[in-house]
Amino acid sequence: MSDIARPARRLPRIPPVPLAILVGVVLGGLLVLVSGGNPVEAYAAIVTGALAFDNLPNTLNWAVPLVGMTLVAATPLRGGMINLGGDGQMVIGGLVAALVPLYLPGPGPLLIIVAILAAMLASGLYATIAAWGETRHGIPMLISSLLLSYPAIGICSYIVGFPLRDTTTGLAQTPMIPEAARLPVLSGPLNAGLLVMMVVAILVVLYDRFTVGGYELRMRGLNARFAGYGGVPLARQMTGVMFASGAIAGLVGALIVLGSQFRFQDGALLSPGYTWSGLMAALLAGGEPLGAILAGAFFAALQTGGFAMQRETSIPRVLTMVLQSIIILFLAIRHGVGRRRETR
Amino acid sequence: MLDFITPFLVNSAVQAITPILLAALAGTLCGRVGVFNMALEGQMLVGAFAAVVGSYATGSALGGIVAAMLATVAFSLILAYGVTVFRGDAVVICVGMNLLASGLTAYLLRQMFGVSGTFSDPAIVGLEKIRIAAINGWPVIGWIFSRQTALTWVAWILVAVVTVVMFRTPLGLRLRGVGEDPEAAETMGVDVTRYRIVTVLVAGAIVGLAGAQLSLGTVSIFSEDMSAGRGWIAVVAVMLGRNHPLYAALACVLFGFADAFSVRLQGQGLPNQVTDVVPYVVTLVALVLTHTKRRRRQDPTITASP
Repeated sequence: MSDIARPARRLPRIPPVPLAILVGVVLGGLLVLVSGGNPVEAYAAIVTGALAFDNLPNTLNWAVPLVGMTLVAATPLRGGMINLGGDGQMVIGGLVAALVPLYLPGPGPLLIIVAILAAMLASGLYATIAAWGETRHGIPMLISSLLLSYPAIGICSYIVGFPLRDTTTGLAQTPMIPEAARLPVLSGPLNAGLLVMMVVAILVVLYDRFTVGGYELRMRGLNARFAGYGGVPLARQMTGVMFASGAIAGLVGALIVLGSQFRFQDGALLSPGYTWSGLMAALLAGGEPLGAILAGAFFAALQTGGFAMQRETSIPRVLTMVLQSIIILFLAIRHGVGRRRETR
Repeated sequence: MLDFITPFLVNSAVQAITPILLAALAGTLCGRVGVFNMALEGQMLVGAFAAVVGSYATGSALGGIVAAMLATVAFSLILAYGVTVFRGDAVVICVGMNLLASGLTAYLLRQMFGVSGTFSDPAIVGLEKIRIAAINGWPVIGWIFSRQTALTWVAWILVAVVTVVMFRTPLGLRLRGVGEDPEAAETMGVDVTRYRIVTVLVAGAIVGLAGAQLSLGTVSIFSEDMSAGRGWIAVVAVMLGRNHPLYAALACVLFGFADAFSVRLQGQGLPNQVTDVVPYVVTLVALVLTHTKRRRRQDPTITASP
């Protein structure tokens, strides 16, 4: 292995992540300038749009699914595995969470709990198919998890487009779920989903730091073969981690459906691109949960600010996507984010 | 059973295969020098966008093709230098590149043409379909070979060229050596870094052609994220073909026919949400079948490189 200490020859000692953000801001600013906009105005709009007191709830609300999808990516990444199937797993969770309160009788709070658990179970099981493909057949999970996403999305889209469609509207969506089965509102746009996601985030961090399983996962991330010789049951571990990862994706889908959209609408879970933003946040932190959560929250702020920028300066908000990718590319190239994983 | 093979479907399947085939070819080149290229999706998107811009600006399809190749080569510099000189992780870089391509093309689309979603304009000149009068009316042969774009021809010629160069020339031997055992290649006097950089850039030019076929081949428009998973299918074709251009091409043909078959199913009244899934399911089944035969002996620990 050739990536032992590299000589420190950079002159200004700016820590990698702020430096990467600075590079992203400068390059993004140039892009705005070239296309005839005012970068200072654009960035001011992003910052106030994301962090002004009145806008904080919106940022938090956007952060719930994004941080959730960050955990989806970070959990396997901690062990050197990559789950690219977050989209499909999230959609399955969203659909299951919408169908439970629509078609099962029962008191509201119970329905919420059953819906969330059923969503997590369904998505978790779906995610383990990719793990099973690798442990039993040697099909790289990297690609099978992604490919499995397409059938999941297609079938869910078919279910709400035809058999279980809300025929009173012209769109491919389920009927609205009953009011009793919606997540309680905390204030403004914030609902109980925020609390659920905070609990899950804390649990993931605690599991990573203080349990045998978390230790074994980190060991696998450092050197999978060594972990295997050390007695870690690699196949079972992969299946378990993928189940957890998929279950969190299902939870994200369920929280969006039960907390803000109140129905499963075809494509609505996917258009914000939470999965890929979450994957980038997780990669940025190398799978370390706390860092990944912070990175996810940062991206959420950036994206929320992007909406404000688009409103006020007419600079398209996809600029924030460009910023994110410049940051991750800079870190990957200059500071070897992800290099620790075995790639050869 | 095979009655879904109609002239129109064969013709359109061959057209649909072209961008995937070109991208898969680029993927095998990168794979052979030990660079796992997962950025095909993003590279194709950049190529498709640049092709439309070039065609719009110069008023010729050739201008579009040149622009697509230049833009994709420039974009591929990130991968070429990122994984060699800077020793970055290929998977992370490729994920970043795919997102950068998606964001950048959407941003430029709005800022340059003031539209979001889809850009179409009569000034965009599409690729001409080459009609070969002699075989135009023949069954099967005519459907396959006539009324295709020049890029479809280029794609299949490139399959042959790459195969010959890779397995029958000293250059190809060195290329394969770089991928199989970089240390040994280095000892033999091969500049591994240079070989990797140049190969990734050449592959980038080929993906540029894929992008041009996508946006100027059947339609003359650019729409956001129009690569729509084709780059990923190409990645799978590279894996199925184990970095061999001929087998990768075979996987692309399989995919193309699955795609044509799904269009046919749609014609029989099945909803498109179901039929769209067919190519991916076929690909998954192909993965399972090919991997069950040669099950790996080692532990299932290595996630990325094939």
